[in-house]
Amino acid sequence: MTLTAPVVPQARIAPPSLTRPIIMTASALVLGAIFILLSPMDAETTFIFNLGDTFISIPDWIVPSRTAATGFAIAALVCAAIAWPINARRGSLFLPAFGLGVFLVMSFLAWVGADSLLPITGLLQGSLLLAVPLIFGAMAGVLSERAGVININIEGQLLVGAFLGAVVASLLNNAYLGLVAAPVAGALLGLLLAVFATRYFVDQVVVGVVLNVLAVGLTGFLYSRFLTEDPDLWNNPEVLPTIAIPVLSDIPILGPILFDQNVIVYLMYVVVTVVQIALFKTRWGLRLRSVGEYPEAADSVGIEVNRTRFRAVILAGAVAGLGGAFFTLGSVGAFGREMTAGNGFIALAAVIFGRWNPIGALAAALLFGFADNLQNVLSIIGSPIPSQFLLMLPYVVTILAVVGLVGRVRAPGADGIPFRKS
Amino acid sequence: MSEPSTPSTGLSGSKTEDTLHPGTEPPDSLTGELRRRVLSINLAVTLLAFVLALAIGAVLIAASAPSVIESLGYFFARPFDTFAAVFNSVYSAYSALFQGALLDVNELREGDVSAAFYPLSETFTVSAPLILAGLAVAIPFRAGLFNIGAQGQMAFAAIGGGLVGFGLSLPAGVHLLASLAAAMVFGALWAGLVGLLKAKTGAHEVITTIMLNYIAIYLLGWVLNQDWFQREGRNDPISPILNESATFPLIFGGGLRIHFGILFSIGAVIVVWWMMTKTTTGFRIQTVGANAAAARTAGMNVGRIWIVAMLWAGAMAGLAVSMNVNGTDKVVTAGIVGNIGFDAITVALLGRGSPFGVLAAGLLIGGLRAGGLAMQASTGTPIDIVLVLQALIVLFIAAPALVRAVFRLRGKTADSLTIAKGWGS
Repeated sequence: MTLTAPVVPQARIAPPSLTRPIIMTASALVLGAIFILLSPMDAETTFIFNLGDTFISIPDWIVPSRTAATGFAIAALVCAAIAWPINARRGSLFLPAFGLGVFLVMSFLAWVGADSLLPITGLLQGSLLLAVPLIFGAMAGVLSERAGVININIEGQLLVGAFLGAVVASLLNNAYLGLVAAPVAGALLGLLLAVFATRYFVDQVVVGVVLNVLAVGLTGFLYSRFLTEDPDLWNNPEVLPTIAIPVLSDIPILGPILFDQNVIVYLMYVVVTVVQIALFKTRWGLRLRSVGEYPEAADSVGIEVNRTRFRAVILAGAVAGLGGAFFTLGSVGAFGREMTAGNGFIALAAVIFGRWNPIGALAAALLFGFADNLQNVLSIIGSPIPSQFLLMLPYVVTILAVVGLVGRVRAPGADGIPFRKS
Repeated sequence: MSEPSTPSTGLSGSKTEDTLHPGTEPPDSLTGELRRRVLSINLAVTLLAFVLALAIGAVLIAASAPSVIESLGYFFARPFDTFAAVFNSVYSAYSALFQGALLDVNELREGDVSAAFYPLSETFTVSAPLILAGLAVAIPFRAGLFNIGAQGQMAFAAIGGGLVGFGLSLPAGVHLLASLAAAMVFGALWAGLVGLLKAKTGAHEVITTIMLNYIAIYLLGWVLNQDWFQREGRNDPISPILNESATFPLIFGGGLRIHFGILFSIGAVIVVWWMMTKTTTGFRIQTVGANAAAARTAGMNVGRIWIVAMLWAGAMAGLAVSMNVNGTDKVVTAGIVGNIGFDAITVALLGRGSPFGVLAAGLLIGGLRAGGLAMQASTGTPIDIVLVLQALIVLFIAAPALVRAVFRLRGKTADSLTIAKGWGS
């Protein structure tokens, strides 16, 4: 009698999905071809890298437009090609995707910058500045949503931070004191969100929307009553000075972009680092994430779900409030009605596009800042692409992200679901 | 299959909630819970929410009034001056607010009826788009969707309504209807996209509507700079003036801005009420909103009903912007939507998602707006106070437990407003 071994169905591991390499290759081919064909034959593009005094000054780089567009498009295609074997090994596609993006942008710039001067370093520096409030807002979003409370209120928190920062700095004649006041304002608004979300279990999106209205109404009311009546007293803060960090600020390209800024930008580096480490390397972070992911389990091991959420939301408000100060103390000085102009919602988009990760959100915010500043620069040199379409970019890519075209995003499990202990 | 694909997140809260607490309702019925709770919130809480909001507003007005601050300087010499200043600042602001919303008593005494009713005409004029946009938020509400996108739907609809309004020449009446229809179709397309994305991919409508708001507003900005949309000889973003045949006629004229659009918005309230209560579509929408899982089990195509609800919403948003495009403004500008799409959320929440509730809430918010302008003009109290009042009222109505606690009322405590589920689902 022969024993036949029972047929054990082999656990088959599905081959890695080819969607991403395909999308990458297709975009490299299609966009590259468009940029090459559209760039004029007999024009030259000038890339300028110098900004401020650095160790070595890099000479301007003058290249024939079409040649440069072709070169960068080929480099982008190479990046897309590299993605295939990495994808087969299930490796991280971050670097090839990053390279693809950079080279496609350069190819695009070679086309649109034909016959004009492109200040690359200035473009990047401006992008960082536009991204600063977005990054603070996104960190606020990450903190609060990782704890399970949807934060639509970032916009309002930025606004009250900008307002109180300006008013305090103006009254006390000290921009740094304004910088202390701004997070307090954000935290107070965060406190309201926390109370209504975790104590009264009101729908978090509703509270967020309503508190945004409240923030616009309150700041607008006080603005008309006091700030416009006596602007010298109430709305005349000094702008935070830029502090060049010795040595580091002398590095070519990177120095002027990263290390010749005001203190809010340096605080931004600190906040991102702290949030990333605190969320993923500390007990506090583990508890916070457990409360947002699976509150019942957290509760069963004795974690106070609603108290943890309460504190996280207030902390998030403080972070956003600090970011709001950038609008006044970090750039313009004076407060203006509704001056945050939707930045809170772009920050929210960055949270989602960055998959609720501090580093991801940082990258997304930088990308959005870049798109915004690219539009500024292109409107100066005269761009073939209408500015509105560049401004739409953050929102379009966010929709593509939630729809799943560029990899599905997944929110924390209990994000937005009130926790009632039964 | 057009069933929504819920992301398979093994440990997500929504999946485990019912297994952990077998007694509680499955999370899909949260919207049903919402409806039950919202509808059961009693009138007393609503009224007290108003009182509380007005009281806080009064504190703001008094504390910031120049006369009060001035009299505080000699408070200990003549304390009564301060109290008088407090009373006067609050009384004059609120009485200007209410007179500006309803009836100008002084003009009535002088016998100028038209001028006396100017405030009421303004209230109706401002309310017309608010009511319609409120419906655009309320209908998806009943299907369990939170439409933050009325703003974008209105912006996109303005393109369609405007194009037909100034681009075609048709007989009066027909032209107006054609322009309204175009706006409704454009609005429905923009909103339907949200329903489609949710039905096919599970993308959360709050995220997609926020993003589509901005996309639509930039799109409108771009269109306003194109040769085929921009007024000839102008460099600023403004469309040609609409043909006379495509505009709403005034009802009374003589300085009163109220136009026949208000009848369209009241008509829309009745149509939506009829649709929600008397038709299969309405029944399906309410069933899906009450319990999507049960609706699915009963054989309803939940995704399609979401799309239908959003199409209705978009059509209402389109009609809402037509109140401005074809009624008050008669041109399309970048600011044609104003803030109506966001105020609509307040209106829908205040109206508790029911068509007639939305009508009442729209008139109320419209009245506050119209009165706020009059108040700003006559007493110098900034109109922003209206935004504060609006936010506080909704906040208090949404958290009746808080109102009960403030006024030491007895009653059930855990009946707050809950609609949205997590981002993921």
